[in-house]
Amino acid sequence: MKLTGAEIFVECLKREGVKTLFALPGGVVLKIFDILYQQKELDVILTRHEQGAGHMAEGYAKATGRPGVALVTSGPGMSNVVTALVDAYMDSVPLVCFSGQVSTSMIGNDAFQEADNIGLSRPCTKYNFLVKDVNDLAVTIKEAFYIATTGRPGPVLVDIPKDVSMNKADFTYPGSVSIRGYNPTYDGNKWQIKQAAEAIAKAKKPVLYIGGGVVFSGASEEVRELAEMCQIPVDMTLMALGAFPGEHPLSMGMMGMHGTYWANMAVHYSDLVIAVGARFDDRVTGKVSEFCPYAKIIHIDIDPTSIKKNLHVDIPIVGDCKRVLRELIQVLKATVNGDQKDLRKPWWDQINEWQRAHPLAYDQDPKGPIKPQHAIKRLYELTKDRDPIVSTDVGQHQMWSAQYFKLPSPRRWLTSGGLGTMGFGFPAAMGAQAAFPDKLVLCVAGDGSVQMNMQEMATAVAHKLPVKVIIINNRFHGMVRQWQDLFYDGRYSSSDLGTTPDFVKLAEAYGAVGLRAQKISEFDAVIKEAITIDGPVIVDVPVYPYENCYPMIPAGGCNHEMILADPPELKKKISDKVTPEDKDTVVTA
Amino acid sequence: MEHIISVTVENKFGVLSRVAGLFSGRGFNIESLSVAPTLDPTMSMMTIVTSGDDRIIEQIVKQLNKLIDVIKVVDLNETEFVERETALIKVHTKPEDRAEALRITDIFRANVIDSTPSTYTIEVTGDIKKVEAMINLLQPLGIKELIRTGRVAIARESIRPALAQPKRVAKE
Repeated sequence: MKLTGAEIFVECLKREGVKTLFALPGGVVLKIFDILYQQKELDVILTRHEQGAGHMAEGYAKATGRPGVALVTSGPGMSNVVTALVDAYMDSVPLVCFSGQVSTSMIGNDAFQEADNIGLSRPCTKYNFLVKDVNDLAVTIKEAFYIATTGRPGPVLVDIPKDVSMNKADFTYPGSVSIRGYNPTYDGNKWQIKQAAEAIAKAKKPVLYIGGGVVFSGASEEVRELAEMCQIPVDMTLMALGAFPGEHPLSMGMMGMHGTYWANMAVHYSDLVIAVGARFDDRVTGKVSEFCPYAKIIHIDIDPTSIKKNLHVDIPIVGDCKRVLRELIQVLKATVNGDQKDLRKPWWDQINEWQRAHPLAYDQDPKGPIKPQHAIKRLYELTKDRDPIVSTDVGQHQMWSAQYFKLPSPRRWLTSGGLGTMGFGFPAAMGAQAAFPDKLVLCVAGDGSVQMNMQEMATAVAHKLPVKVIIINNRFHGMVRQWQDLFYDGRYSSSDLGTTPDFVKLAEAYGAVGLRAQKISEFDAVIKEAITIDGPVIVDVPVYPYENCYPMIPAGGCNHEMILADPPELKKKISDKVTPEDKDTVVTA
Repeated sequence: MEHIISVTVENKFGVLSRVAGLFSGRGFNIESLSVAPTLDPTMSMMTIVTSGDDRIIEQIVKQLNKLIDVIKVVDLNETEFVERETALIKVHTKPEDRAEALRITDIFRANVIDSTPSTYTIEVTGDIKKVEAMINLLQPLGIKELIRTGRVAIARESIRPALAQPKRVAKE
């Protein structure tokens, strides 16, 4: 039987097991939306902006491990989703994005709402397709899902011209595809793995440095087994949080620019760094020439281009983290017999000393304004028994969340790491909520970044996605202000937001619930109330605006040279400042 | 250091821009690039002349391999290879220079492929040193126009591994 391209599209999605589609219609995709209207299996979530659709698909993918799927129209629809594609590409999120295109006969004519979707998405997708013939549609969609989800995952764009969605073709869905130029390596080189095992057995001061690859590969159990067997401290990148239990005695928390003191000291003074599914990003390494100067480096990654991209690696192993670690554990079991407690004791004594010397700290005056760290720490403590999924936007609140949320398992942490996309958090949380309707999904946001995709509150209300948005409201672009305080002599150029909306009223205007925790004494009760409400909630938390996020390694600085608190002259300057005036939001303190 | 990289790619639209985009996006340098279909019409062969230290060349090779439309990448500098380039050179020839132009053409075993009363168009093929030497010699006569193909290179037979890649197949 012949089906139209639009029908083939819907059939293919069903065969791929897609349940939820984040979408926004437009002229050239109307035929597809018409078919979507006539079926019940796919849940279509209509977003208010295509960027929201892209981030929702990302949140869905990060929380489930399955590809997120978005559908947008040509021209502006496509260009609006580009930010989400770039974000997904940087953070290796499996995403399949379908864009509409003008009819094949019109392509290149500067037609209405035409854009070069392939050209726009080329540098920000793992691969992209323009489907010129309806007969190629099914196999193209199969290939798109295959490429997005295998190897190092990433976003794939499929551009579907209007006539392709209208024309008819015989429908057969291929069971599998193989592409001759695309053969990811999954099994690590056995000889290299043996070298790695020998290095681990000999090391006195090893550190595991795990990244997002551990989450994608599902290698959490293996990391845990390796760490416990060999008593190795585990440093996590921003992307890896939750891949190793945050409260585990071997967990060092986050490393890097705003990582913990002990995580950064450990990696700096270690004699063996075991990097797993991480890519030596500059926010982790600091000054790359002085990153772990005393260490041998083992690097396990599925993407060969990640290895030796930024620095020299002694033992490179290309392969899937889970499979390589499994193999490595087998080798180690046979050679070291597990117990290395005695060998590692001096190393752990040193680490414990670092931990005692500079724990994460802040001063909370019980009568003063709420400190952002306090809000985030309490939020964690009040919700941890519900095992929430936590998303964040980008900025100070993101780093504090990374420091204080000690997540127990992977796929609980949704954040924009590589690209640092403000406005990511709220739609990503909604995507996760769409996948897990009964789970508590929190979005920790800043008052600056949440406004970048605020319009999606309408989507949350319409589709009953009960995300709880906690706005750490300091009326600044806080991280920008922090840098201006530290490096630009306190000149707050365009970081003072001047006025922010009344988020309680804003929530109510959208038909959601708005709450505010004005004083420290109210905070716990407000959070407890928020998480019992059956629907989307905004909790506005006005906080002390001049708080800075520490530890901090200045950009290009060395990992053991952290700033641990406001320098004295800055402290004095800030203490002279009064809280900024704000006509619309209630002023703190 | 200069490297000649031979890249087998899918012969379909957009592949050249993916390769070019990779070089520009990551700040790699392309000195010359030539592309044409292979014996198998579904594949094309690109010869890319680039330069960089070992670390950059390693990244270039890895990044090229990562492109889905790239089937095979060979850094020819790791093997023995032969290279050729063709140049078409249009030289001004005053009556007294015409004999000199023909002598130079002869010395380089080049050919005159077009002639007018005041110009010769000369075709020369050879490695880059030969082509450049000829250009230098013709320069005093006055070069009106010059066009070069960019280099192509091929590994010497004994070392070249066989091209055996599975074809793209769609199973039911």
